[in-house]
Amino acid sequence: MRHVDKTVTGLTIAFAVLFLADFFMAEWVRFIGLQSLARGAVALGLLVLWRTGLVSFGHALYFGIGAYAAAMLTLIGYHDAFFLVFAGTLASGVLAFLLGFLLRRYRAIFFALLNMAFSMILYGVIVKTEELGSTDGFSLHPPTFLGYAPQGEAVQTTLFIFTLVFTYIVTVGVHLYLKTTLGGMSMAVRENEIRVEYLGYSAEKVIHVKYVFSGLVAGFGGAIMALAIGQVDPDSMANWNVSGEFVFITILSGIGNVGATYIGALVFELIRTYAFEYAPQIWQFILGGSLLAIIMFLPDGIWSLVDRLRKSEG
Amino acid sequence: MTVVLEVRDLQKTFGAVVAAKDINVTVNEHEIIGIIGANGAGKTTFVNMVTGYLKPTSGHIEFAGRNIMGLPPREITTLGISRSFQVPQVFASESVFDNLLMAYAIAEVSGMGLLSPLYNDERAARVDSHLDRYKIAEYRNATASTLPQGIRKLLDIAMAAVSKPTILMLDEPTSGISVEEKFGLMDIIMEALRQDETTVLFIEHDMEIVERYVSRVLAFYQGQVICDAPTAEALVDPGVREFVIGEEYHRTRTEAANGGGDNHA
Repeated sequence: MRHVDKTVTGLTIAFAVLFLADFFMAEWVRFIGLQSLARGAVALGLLVLWRTGLVSFGHALYFGIGAYAAAMLTLIGYHDAFFLVFAGTLASGVLAFLLGFLLRRYRAIFFALLNMAFSMILYGVIVKTEELGSTDGFSLHPPTFLGYAPQGEAVQTTLFIFTLVFTYIVTVGVHLYLKTTLGGMSMAVRENEIRVEYLGYSAEKVIHVKYVFSGLVAGFGGAIMALAIGQVDPDSMANWNVSGEFVFITILSGIGNVGATYIGALVFELIRTYAFEYAPQIWQFILGGSLLAIIMFLPDGIWSLVDRLRKSEG
Repeated sequence: MTVVLEVRDLQKTFGAVVAAKDINVTVNEHEIIGIIGANGAGKTTFVNMVTGYLKPTSGHIEFAGRNIMGLPPREITTLGISRSFQVPQVFASESVFDNLLMAYAIAEVSGMGLLSPLYNDERAARVDSHLDRYKIAEYRNATASTLPQGIRKLLDIAMAAVSKPTILMLDEPTSGISVEEKFGLMDIIMEALRQDETTVLFIEHDMEIVERYVSRVLAFYQGQVICDAPTAEALVDPGVREFVIGEEYHRTRTEAANGGGDNHA
């Protein structure tokens, strides 16, 4: 690439800053950071779908599969973070690939709610499975990292670095992917599927690829979340309101830039944490109010602030 | 002359409605064919069947040495039959340039090539020369949805022509275009397609356009081809005059000839 890509530069700087900050961060900040990275990854998948003109109200399905796949492997003695996250990501990707054959035929509200239907099936299965702790879920042993078994706070510090590295790779990858022909086809499918077919490519195939991708990153986010919290349970991993949170984050972030999804996830996490802490009776009201404010004043999400800033600079 | 498309005994029914019946057409290389007929005569149904949008009830469509009947549009496009639409099908919220860039990319790459960058300078140069040939370079950066109707039609046709198809089917290229603009538009399209040596079939209601650009006419009436002949012959065919051209043609011609002429039936 001849010219410097601003987004890649920005992501690299953010990566470096967070990497160094990991050694100084307060524990609760790191915890919020980990959750933001995990949820941001799911929102990244939704961003790719959104650019294709599709919204899913059911990505807790893949988040949940990722989390539970990783957690279940710890039950049979696997604790390596690389393996757990890889397995969680893969499990979600495989499921997305299979369901994709059905979902690629649906659009708009049907696509959104069919996803939700599948996610609620997973929720139902988990709730009914006593072996997986039913509604209480179960907790995980702290992960190891290729033989390295950190103790105490070092678990979270290492996990943060681990997450940061993979998130960086995935996010830069997605950014570059969006500039390829297949990535650009998101726009084409969103705008006019008939024209895509008559240019000689299958719109459904494009959607399927995007869908599998969104499943993979949601699984990745879920596995990270399971390791970060050290616990899985159906209500915070697979319930429909979790899917709603991902859509919330995507609206908050806007679909203008891949990095924005993590900022959106962080803002969401902060609003929720503080609203819950200082106004436990009305925290949902505050969350809803902020969504309303975003839609009314920043319809293109937080990223539009950056665009405005650039414009005012000329 | 080489035969490029052969349609035999094509039939399409929707329940009890017969939309196409006993259609037999042979298209030769480099022909310019006009498809005429009243509304509902089966013109668009014919185009839709050949391009794979509608599956015929029975029959045979042979193109490039194989039966393409029942193939989806994308495969037929890849084999070499493209089409434009009566209502332009473009990527409305994107610029004219980006519309064509996508068209070129889809035409040029497949498989792992899809993961190469959408934009590259060579492809951009091809897009720009295409814009020049279709005389829409001044709209390069305009959003497709803001284009005047004629330009949007040109863009739609230009996108269909990107893959340099063997056959291009145009569904009413001049509908919705003002009388003053029609000929200019057709001149641009026909010149560009002549350079590409594309075989053209187009649906048209305006007999002046048909007379000027077409070498052969297919006239449809109630789902059947009632006349398949060189233009001059077809336009005086009694069936065509009665069922396709009708009164309107006489009036237009009379006015054009300033009240005099030999076109009164």
